This record gives sequence, structure tokens and C-alpha cells, in this order.
Amino acid sequence: MSQYYLFQDSKKCIGCHACEIQCKTNKDLPEGPKPCQIIQVGPKFINNLPKMSFIFMPCFHCENPWCVSACPTGAMQQRASDGIVFVQKDLCVGCKTCVSACPWGAPQWNPDTGKVEKCDYCKDRVDQGLEPACVTTCTTGCLKFGKVEEMTQIRRQRHAESVASFENSSF
Amino acid sequence: MDKDVFSLCFMCSVRCPIKVSVKDGHVDWIQGNPHVAGIDGRLCPRGSAGKSLLYDDQRLQSPLIRVGDRGSGNWRKASWDEALDYVGSRLKEIKEDHGGHAIALGERTQLATHVSKTFLKALGSPNHFTHDALCKGSMNTACRSMFGYTDGQMGINYANTKHIVLYGRNIFESINVKEVNTLMDALEKGAKLTYIDPRVNVTASKAHRYWMIRPGTDLALNYGLIHVILKERLYDAWYVDKWVHGLTALQDFIKEYTPEWAESQTGIPAGEIRTLAREISREKPAVIFHYGYRCASHQNEIYMRRSILMLNALMGSVEAKGGIFFKKGPGAEGGKPARKLVEQTFPKIEVPRFDKAGTPDFPLPDPAHGVAQILPHAILNEDPYPIKALINFRLDPLMSIADTNNTKKALDKLDLIVTIDINYSDIAWYSDVILPESTYLERTDCIQQMNGLKPMMFLREKAVEPRYDTLEGAVILKRIADRIGTGDYFPYETMDELVDWQLEGTGFTREDFAKKGFVSYGKSPIFWDRNDIPFKTPSGKIEFKSSLLEDAGFPSFPPYESPAAPLDKQFRLVVGRTGLHTHVSTQNVPYLNELMKENRLWINSTKAADLGISDGAVVEVTSACGKGRIKAFVTDLIHPEAVFMVHGFGHEAKLAKRSYNRGLSDALLQKNVYDKVGGSPAYHDTFVTVTPV
Repeated sequence: MSQYYLFQDSKKCIGCHACEIQCKTNKDLPEGPKPCQIIQVGPKFINNLPKMSFIFMPCFHCENPWCVSACPTGAMQQRASDGIVFVQKDLCVGCKTCVSACPWGAPQWNPDTGKVEKCDYCKDRVDQGLEPACVTTCTTGCLKFGKVEEMTQIRRQRHAESVASFENSSF
Repeated sequence: MDKDVFSLCFMCSVRCPIKVSVKDGHVDWIQGNPHVAGIDGRLCPRGSAGKSLLYDDQRLQSPLIRVGDRGSGNWRKASWDEALDYVGSRLKEIKEDHGGHAIALGERTQLATHVSKTFLKALGSPNHFTHDALCKGSMNTACRSMFGYTDGQMGINYANTKHIVLYGRNIFESINVKEVNTLMDALEKGAKLTYIDPRVNVTASKAHRYWMIRPGTDLALNYGLIHVILKERLYDAWYVDKWVHGLTALQDFIKEYTPEWAESQTGIPAGEIRTLAREISREKPAVIFHYGYRCASHQNEIYMRRSILMLNALMGSVEAKGGIFFKKGPGAEGGKPARKLVEQTFPKIEVPRFDKAGTPDFPLPDPAHGVAQILPHAILNEDPYPIKALINFRLDPLMSIADTNNTKKALDKLDLIVTIDINYSDIAWYSDVILPESTYLERTDCIQQMNGLKPMMFLREKAVEPRYDTLEGAVILKRIADRIGTGDYFPYETMDELVDWQLEGTGFTREDFAKKGFVSYGKSPIFWDRNDIPFKTPSGKIEFKSSLLEDAGFPSFPPYESPAAPLDKQFRLVVGRTGLHTHVSTQNVPYLNELMKENRLWINSTKAADLGISDGAVVEVTSACGKGRIKAFVTDLIHPEAVFMVHGFGHEAKLAKRSYNRGLSDALLQKNVYDKVGGSPAYHDTFVTVTPV
């Protein structure tokens, strides 16, 4: 499993798609492939208030990636050092086996090159000590990149502040 | 060589500070300027598509001169000298034959606006106009009537607010990065958000209270709120006593406008109106009734905007932390602003503006911006005199002024149409000459004077050389002026020289901008003492009873008139924006186009079922002015009296291939009606019918 985690603070996400555009810009992709994507669900009225959900879908960088097992040429690989799953372009023959194998639709088709594109957490940036493109410029800063245990802290902190009572200190 | 350049985005008009990384002469990476608080490296979707615009080969690549009929798309490439000689000699002829006032220039207000204004003043023409009236002219007038300041001189202190009320102000989808983040931070700290709109959108989905108001009745809602606030004495008595002029007149006026009456107009239960008034008054003065951004919906717009400003005044939130404030300029810190070319002395202009703004015929709209939607009338009727030439600088009258068919008729009367733009806009397509401007990544621009709680200056700095045969707008205008004989008003050859000229006497130099992309005049936010607020009205107070209005013969408190309800099978056409596109200008940018290629017509599910319209089906939309086809989006999330579409689609320029003929233009359907007091168009006062195809 990748040692990294890409956390989406859904409370702050406004579904603006800047992450998708910055990702494509950074990878210089043509129309079509979206290594990450925001899928809007809703709006729906919940208790008389309209609510929308913006589901952020990058690659999950699985521990035992279906795509890596399926790839017949060894183009789809998992980096031993940190678990990032990526495509080595010169080995990809465009057979689309990974596209069939991934349960979440992460591998994307590049019609210009006839090869697969996918989220690699911008490993070139990560290796320089930077964050993935989508995280670096996220409009509201709702995307965060780091170690799993650090990421969940945002929600714990927020929950703590919402339930804190200063009058009943035993709670 | 690799370098980082601090600059200003221009994918929309907000101009967020950015950092551009350049590698081997190419833009490698763009992000928000990390040194600017509230930006912190962030960039919106349009800003993220900056490279997509820069490297798009469907944008304008050289000067073009028309060879076929107008709008036929037959062009020949021209050198700059040839194109500028042509434009210069034609303008010179028109000036000599008809006077300088026969030349008009319209633009979307920008950093080089002082250059365009100078261009016309030097010709002896009063006819510079901006998009401002189309966006918020009546709000500008409303602010002057209340405070003596324009809306541009006011700001909103989101960071410290405890409750904010938005009337269709779709902050989380129109996306000004700093505004989004300061509001998001306030919400995180516990601020409440009330959102009012006939249509659900992203901002509504983040609200603590959402009201699907009957379209066109926001003023009635506000009268109901004011009624409760006055009756239950929920207002800030000290502040109102000190600063409000005309409270008694308001008290007399508001008596009949009970929350029950407001419910009958708006559809919002009276009890909920009372609850909001009570709830928000507990947090005063750190509350905001947002006065709006695009405020050009109805013919009584100025009174709607005044009612919002009155609510703020009653809460004492004008010049308050967490409320609204007046922007401070360099003078507040003992500094000097950048110079502008308009500070020079020009020939005296004796004729009125084409729109008559500032004359007894149309006294209140701001002559500094003019009233763009009057242009077709002025041209067609030669009222007050013939207009012969129009220069369009990033402002597209065909898609921005209501009733495109009528605007085209007016354009057909002109002897010369010139467009300065980066894209094949529809007006570029309809012009005689197109002068291509370099994109924001390829040009240095004039200084941005950024007034606010902390006055600052920003600079747009060229990151890369132009990819095509393009020039900066301020240089284009200077070179035309050279050919007309008015070049002396433009003391520069290059943008670098112009910026240096602007900075003379400010105490700052170009190098000061290199470190962080901006310079600050002071360190701390400045709020004025609430005992000593320098309102610029004749009374020195906030004028509920307005001398500006009454001296011009308009009432301060006209009786409420209920907006017409749509007749059977009709809908009120409501329009708005999306985070993925800017007005009419980005629909052809590859990455933005990929995410949103066309607009759709939102229509209420029940109404759609009655008409036999299913989701995704093509429908024909017809108004008194025009008709067109668009796909329907059938939803419960819009008021049954309204249909909605995003502005800016339905382009006619064929060489902008991705956006050509995709979706439907709202301007084709909208009637050119407007607020005759405040000055802005009434874009939501058109009824349409919708039929399945």
C-alpha cells in the first residue's frame, strides 16, 4: 500500500474541478483522460437543505493493484520505495488490460498516444519535495497530501471542536 | 533559462496574484502567489487553464482585415503597420468629418483602462464606456445614494463575519480565490450562511438556511425584514441614531410591508423571515447582507440594492469588523498612488455622452463607466448624434448587451468596427479589423492599485514572449494615436516605460515588485473610527432619504410594485455564472471547454412534465426578441416560475471551433430593458416560452 494518502476535506470542497485541470495541465494531456476527477452527486434536499457531494477520484494506489497484476508488458508498476502505482510509458502497448482490471476506473485512455495515463501522485513533484499538482493549487485547500495518520486529524479536530463543552468538563 | 515570475492572472476579471514558473522560455507551471494571504498558492479552475489558453492555436495570431461581408469570416492577414495605418486613417477621417465624439470605445474594465480613456479624451470624445453598468451599474448608483462612495470603493470583511446573507451571490461558483477562502474560513469558525436564490447551486449547498425565493421579489423580502427589525427594535440604536438620515421616513414607509405581506410576494413563510431578522440582529454588527456583484436583474434594481444597504446600516455593520467597509487608498498611509495617463490636460469636450449619463435625461448612472446597453439605441437613432466608429476592447456588445439582433442592426450602421481581443470573440468576428492582444502571460500590464483595508500595488509581469504576432493593448492604442496625431498623450514606447512612468513619485520601483509580486503601503488593516466615518453624502450621513435621488426627481421610497407573474406557459429567464467559464470569453479554452461545452436550460420538473419535456431533450426557447435551441436540465431545484441558463454560450465565431454554435446565448433572448434610475440592465425581466423540439 502506498504510504501516502490524498485526503479530501469534503466540507470545504466546492466541486470546482481545478484539481482535474491542474492535473491535466501538469501532465500536458489532451481532451479525454482525467487521472483525477470530481464526480458531483446531488444536489438533494436533506432536512430541507440542498446538499451536494463532490467525490474526488484519483488512483487509490492499492496494496495489491489489479492493474499491475494484469499488465502483460510490465508497464504498470508499483514503486518499491513508497508504493506509488504508475505507468512506464515506453513499455505500455495500449492493450487496455489495466483499464479492464481496475475496479475504480483509475487508468485513463490517452487517444493521442494510444497509451494509458494514470494518477501517479505526481511522483516527479513528490520526489522534489513538492505536493501533487492537484493538491498544490486546490482552490479551497480541501485536498491534502501526506501520511494517512496526519490526514484524519482534520476531522477529529473539527469533531472535537463541534462537541466540546466547557461547562461540563467531565465530558 | 528557468525563472519564477510573480504576476496577475487574467482568466477572469478578478486578477488573482500568481506565480509563473518558466522553463526554456515556456510556461511550465502556474500557481497562486504563495506570499499573498488568502491565496497561499491556490488557483481556481479558470486560472489553472492558463496554459491551455496560452498554447491554444485557435486564438488570434496576427492582425486581420476583413475582406468579405461583416460576419462572413473572410479575413486577410495584415502586418501591424498595415492594420494600424488602416485603423488610424479611418479614425482620422471620421474625426474630421463628424467630430471625435463619433468614435466610441467599450471595454471590460482592466488595468489599461486609463490608457483607453486617454485615447478617447485626446480625440475629444466622451464616449468611453465599460461593462460596469451591465454588471452592477445600479449598485454603483445605490452606494453613491446611500454613502457617497461607489461600490468599487467598498469591500466585505468576510474573515470576521458571524452571519452572511447572500442574494443570488454565488460565491462558491463564481470563484474569487481569496473571497472563497476567507468565507470558507469564517464558516469553519462558526459563521452562519443564509442563501437566497430561485435556483439551488453550490453556494446554496453550503448554506445553513436556503430560501427558494419567487424570482424578482428580493426587495419584498427585504422590506419584510426591515419591518421586523424596526418594529422589534432589533437595530443598532447608537449607530442608527448617529449615522442614519431618514429613519423616520423609512419607519412610515415600511409599516404596511409586514412579513405576512412579504410571504405573499416571496413564498417565504413570515415566521422564517422573523426568525432571520431576530437571529442575525443578535450578531450585529459583525453581519453582512451582501450587496451583490452582478446586480443587473430588474428594472427596480437600485431600490433592491438600497434595501440591502439599509439592512447593513440598521445592523451597524457599515465600517465594522465582520461587516462591510470602505476601501482605504495609499493616502491613508501617507503614500501616493501610481500615476495614470488620464491625469493629463485634454481638450474640453462640449457634447454629452452617447448614453446621456450625467445629464438631466439620465442623471444618476456613473459617467465614469457610462451605460453600455444604450449604445444600440444611440447608434440606430443618432441620438444624441451619429456614432460612426466603435472600438471593442475585450467587451463583446453582441453577447453582453441584451437583444443581439437589435445590437447587430446598430453595428450594421457603423462605418468602422475594430476589436482588440485575444480570441475570436463574436464581436471580433463581426468587426472590420481585429487587433490581437498578447495574453496575460505574454505581456506586462499597467499597475494595479489595490485599495482595501491594507492599500497595496500589484503588477502583471510578462512571463514569456508572445507566441504569435500580438501586442499589448496599451501599446496598440498608443500606436493608433500616433497615426491620428494624438500620440503626445502617450509618453512611452513599451510597457516597461509606461510602468516606470506610473511609478514615478510613488517611492516604489519596479524592483520592489520582483520579491513578492506586490508592494504594501502599510502593515495593519485600517478601519475608521465608528464615531467619525467620513460619509461623502451631502448630509454626511447614510442617506436612507437620499438627496442624490430626490434632487434628480426620484423618490427615496417608491411604493412596492409586484413583479409580473409569467403567463401560462411562460417563464422568467434567469441567468448566472459557473466556476468553469468567465462570462463570454473562455468557452473555447480547451481544458475549460472539455469540462463544459454548452449550457443547459434548467426547468422545474413539474412544469417540464406538463410541457412534455424530458431531461436532456432539446427544447426551443422563444422570447419577444429571438429564439434558439438548447438542451433541457429537468430538476426540482429551480422555482417553477423561472428557467435558468449560464451566460456566455451560443458563440457565432466559426474559427473558435470548440465553442462555435454550442449552447444558447442569453443575450439573443433578453429584452434590452433597464433600470432607468440606477442604470443597469434588467437581465431577468424577460419572459420566454419553452417548447419541446
